[in-house]
Amino acid sequence: MAEKTKDILLGPIFDNNPIALQILGICSALAVTSNLSTTVTMCIALTAVTAFSNLFVSSIRNSIPSSIRIIVQMTIIASLVIVVDQFLKAYAYSISKQLSVFVGLIITNCIVMGRAEAFAMKNPPLPSFIDGIGNGLGYSVILLGLGFTRELLGAGSLFGHQILPKVSDGGWYLTNGMMLLPPSAFFLIGLFIWAIRAWKPAQVEADDFKMKPNTRVSDAF
Amino acid sequence: MAGKNETVGKTLLVAFLVCVVCGVVVATAAVSLRPVQNENKLIDKRMNILQAAGMYQAGVDVNEQFATIERKFVDIDTGDYVDMPESYDQRKAAKDPKQSVRLSGDVDKASIKSQAKVAEVYLAKGDNGELSRIILPVHGYGLWSTLYGFLALEPDANTVAGLGFYEHAETPGLGGEVDNPKWKALWHGKKLFGENGEVEIQVVKGTVESSTPNAEHKVDGLAGATLTSNGVNNLLRFWVGENGFGPYLERMQQATNVTEESSEAAAVSETVESSEQPEGDA
Repeated sequence: MAEKTKDILLGPIFDNNPIALQILGICSALAVTSNLSTTVTMCIALTAVTAFSNLFVSSIRNSIPSSIRIIVQMTIIASLVIVVDQFLKAYAYSISKQLSVFVGLIITNCIVMGRAEAFAMKNPPLPSFIDGIGNGLGYSVILLGLGFTRELLGAGSLFGHQILPKVSDGGWYLTNGMMLLPPSAFFLIGLFIWAIRAWKPAQVEADDFKMKPNTRVSDAF
Repeated sequence: MAGKNETVGKTLLVAFLVCVVCGVVVATAAVSLRPVQNENKLIDKRMNILQAAGMYQAGVDVNEQFATIERKFVDIDTGDYVDMPESYDQRKAAKDPKQSVRLSGDVDKASIKSQAKVAEVYLAKGDNGELSRIILPVHGYGLWSTLYGFLALEPDANTVAGLGFYEHAETPGLGGEVDNPKWKALWHGKKLFGENGEVEIQVVKGTVESSTPNAEHKVDGLAGATLTSNGVNNLLRFWVGENGFGPYLERMQQATNVTEESSEAAAVSETVESSEQPEGDA
C-alpha cells in the first residue's frame, strides 16, 4: 500500500507527466511562465485545486448520477477556483493581477477535469487527494523549468532579482526577447518532451499507422 | 454506476445540494475576503500614483506616504472642481452613458471612445502645505491595449514631473519598455505647453539632444515600438489638450502665476535646473 501511495504521488512527475505525456494544460504553461513568481503561484494554485477537487469529487462519487457527473465535477472545480482566486486577490494582489484571467482558466484546465473523471470517480478520497497533489507536482515540474529558463534568458533575472546584468543597464547580457513571448514556451516544452522520452523510451508513442514497404527513401537502399 | 443513482429525483437532489454547498462556499470566501481585497486595490492604485509622481519610497507604508496627497474631482468641460462621492470611479464612469460623453473620431485622438465627464486629480502637498505635484490619470490606446497611467506635473501645471503606466499589455521588450525607468526619466522636466498655451509636448523618433529645436517639448520614442510611442504621444496630447485636462491646467497656471509673481525669480531658476538635469543624462 505504501508503495502504491508513492506511485500515485510521484508517478505523474516523470512517468506519467500531465504536460509531457498526456499533453494537457498547455495553455497556462505558455501564458504564466514568463517569470518565476507568477509560475510558482500558478503551480500552487493548480496543485491545490486538483488535490481538493479530487478529494471532494471522490467523497461524493457514489452519489453522483452518471448523467450529470461532468457538470457536478465542473461545479466543484469552479467553486474551488473562485475561492483560490479570491484568496490570491486578498493576499497576493500584485501576482494575482499578473496572472489575471489564467487563475480563472484553471476551471477549464484539462488536468483538473481529467483527474477528477479518470481517477477520483473510481478511487477513495485519500488516494484521490494524493493523486491530485502528484499531478499538480508533475505540472509544476514542467512549469518551473519553463519559468526558470524563460525568466533567466528573457530578462536575465530570477524571481525579479537580476542575475545576468543586462546590456540596457550597462551589463553584458543581451536579453532574448523571444523568451518572454508565449511561443518560446512551445519550443521549450518540445525540448522537455524530447528529453523525457530519450530518458524513458517507453513513453514514445507507437506509430499511428505503418508505412507500406518500399515507400521510404531508406527502404530503397 | 449503481442503479439507485439514476432516478430523476436523485439527479435533481444531487444537483441541488452540490449547488447549495458550492454557492455557500464561494459566497463566504468572496464576502469575508472583500475588505482585504478592497484595501489591496486602494494600496495598489496609491502606489501607482506615488510612482508616477516620483515620490514612491520602497519599504515605507504606502498609506503613510499617501497622507500628503489629496484627491479632488474636476469637471472636464469647465476645469472647475466639483464634489463627488468618495466611491466615484472614473474608469467605471467612462463606460456609463450617463456619466460620460462619446467622442467623435476627429476628437478622439487617444482612441478611448468615451470619456467620463468628471475626472479625478490628485494634489500632493509639500511639508508646509503648499502644492508640490498635480497628478492626472491618463489613458489611451497603444498597439495592443489601452495604457492606463498617471502624469505628474510640477505646480506650474506645465513641467512634467513624471509619467508612469500601471496597466497595459504592450509587447514585452518593445512597447513594454514604457515601464523602463530610464525611458520614464526622460520625461522629467519636459514642458507640456508652448509660449501661447498650445500643446507642444510630443514623442519623436530619434534621440533628443539639448541642441534639438524645442528639445524641452520632445521625448525620444521607444526603439522598435513606433505604434506604442505614437499611442503615448496621442494620449498625452489628448489629455492635456482642450478635450482633456486643458481647461483645468489653464486655471492652475493662472492660479500659480498670481500667487507666485513675487517669488518668480526663485521659481524660474528652479524649473530651469530641473529641466536641464535629464538632458544632461540623456
